[in-house]
Amino acid sequence: MIVHLASSDLWSQLFNFSNYGELLALVKNSIFAGAVLGIIGGLIGVFVMQRDMAFAVHGISELSFAGASAALLFGVNVVVGSLGGSLLAAILIGLLGSRARDRNSIIAVLMPFGLGLGILFLALYPGRSANKFGLLTGQIVSVDDPQLGWLMAISVIVLIGLLVMWRPLSFDSLDADVAAARGIPVRFISLAFMILLGLAVAVSIQIVGALLVLSLLVTPAAAAMRVSSSPFVVPLLSVVFALVSVVGGILLALGGALPISPYVTTISFLIYLVCRLAGTRKATGGARQRLDRQLALKA
Amino acid sequence: MKQDVGTMTRADASAATGHVSREEPLQLKPAPSEGPVVLSLTNANLGFGQRTLWHDLTLDVHAGEFLAVLGPNGSGKTSLLKTILGQQQLDAGSISFDGHPVRRGDRRIGYIPQQRIIPQGTPMRARDMIALGVNGHRWGLPISRREDRRQVDELIDAVGARRYATVPVGNLSGGEQQRLRVGQALAGDPRLLLCDEPLLSLDLQHQRGVSELIDRRRREQDSAVIFVTHDVNPVLGMVDRVLYLAGGQFREGTPDEVLRSDVLTDLYGTPVDVIRSGGRIVVVGIPDSETHQHHAETHQHSAESAPHSEPKA
Repeated sequence: MIVHLASSDLWSQLFNFSNYGELLALVKNSIFAGAVLGIIGGLIGVFVMQRDMAFAVHGISELSFAGASAALLFGVNVVVGSLGGSLLAAILIGLLGSRARDRNSIIAVLMPFGLGLGILFLALYPGRSANKFGLLTGQIVSVDDPQLGWLMAISVIVLIGLLVMWRPLSFDSLDADVAAARGIPVRFISLAFMILLGLAVAVSIQIVGALLVLSLLVTPAAAAMRVSSSPFVVPLLSVVFALVSVVGGILLALGGALPISPYVTTISFLIYLVCRLAGTRKATGGARQRLDRQLALKA
Repeated sequence: MKQDVGTMTRADASAATGHVSREEPLQLKPAPSEGPVVLSLTNANLGFGQRTLWHDLTLDVHAGEFLAVLGPNGSGKTSLLKTILGQQQLDAGSISFDGHPVRRGDRRIGYIPQQRIIPQGTPMRARDMIALGVNGHRWGLPISRREDRRQVDELIDAVGARRYATVPVGNLSGGEQQRLRVGQALAGDPRLLLCDEPLLSLDLQHQRGVSELIDRRRREQDSAVIFVTHDVNPVLGMVDRVLYLAGGQFREGTPDEVLRSDVLTDLYGTPVDVIRSGGRIVVVGIPDSETHQHHAETHQHSAESAPHSEPKA
């Protein structure tokens, strides 16, 4: 079976900028939500990377998906549903998995269960199938006003939470033992971080869908860490990368009939590629520096 | 060279307890044992379930004193540090730091952990890591004050990290990273430094560098040092006193008093030989605990398995 699609058709399906101004007005909300998501995704991603929690992000997002699809089935606010699911997952992982190995097995147990539940709820849901698919792979456009209010409120909480505990969280992410000896409440910090992460995931799901959350909460930070080691520049770059990915993705997707997620993930992946290439040069430079220091020490 | 230093300063250590020192001129500074008491344990008991780690432990640590804590795995060395850090409650007895009961997060206690490699790509440079020691406990927007930066600069110089102050920590060697941990611990002018196997997995050169940093701190600032280690040799020249924990009991005194065949034989309840050779001390015949047998069996297959089977005490 060959899909007969003239390349111009494909192109216009991918990118179509006719009536762009009118469309733009329609998706103002989405762009707004996307921008906010870019900021918190980029920031929290830096800690996700440092704490080695990419897998946890994925696990939380599957339970969040289950919550959202339950909400869809029972006719309640989808954001509230996904919020419930992701907070439950985040707290469970935070309480049960303080060590990496425990954590990974708990996530591996939770994740398929959440996905299964979500599929069950969606199968029972009688409404439009675009809604169903949207939870997994991202909405096409619409974020309505009440939804935007929710997303904004949650994002502000995440942002403030992160900024307030930035240094203790950095310390705990680097070396929990020393942080504890220095009087930092490490258990509280870990749990609070998981809750913030749960909130951030719940917001991301509304835009890019459960399966693609990593592209906003991990990829931008991973890219930034390839090109810088400054604790100031890395979060900044990460936010910029995430912003460019989400907002750029939405703007590109606007004209076509496709979901925004492939645009978002592709941009974010390309940024990572570029950073990785740029970072390789830098890393070899670092190795040379180290060698120089060793030689200087021996001399 | 290193061995000479070992013998010479052991004589110095015995000077502290009243013997006459032959190699070193009399110091004007009072011996550590005459300094003020920094840490004091009285009839302290600690155990888990049926097992007693140590009981009736009474110990004073003085300002400027270097106390090495020795003993086999699971003898309660790390638990002792946790107790001092206020993270572990005693079953009985009391512990006070600077005249008050210990509490969590006292910034006048510095803690230097085992070396663990920091992954590459960690968004932090050497000076940022030291800065965490200065203001890492502070909540609120991560804006560093001028005073903080001045303090960080001082610490960088104190641990000799100026050359690589702006290098990403993930690119540093284990020894360089460990110097930064010393720098973190020195922030806040600690009166007591707790060191948990800080030399583990460092090469000889860095072992010496790091232990000299710690030693200099206690000589110049009169900080007390409690140094947990499985091998006393790298710090033998610095040690004033030894606390040897084993099988729920302990022995305490100068290295010459404790690290002797008869004392350790009595402590372990089975013949143990302490061999001194060229300024180094080797303890032979420590009874095999479960973990030791495990080591012996798996040694052929993987020398790396040892750290995993270590019970955390």
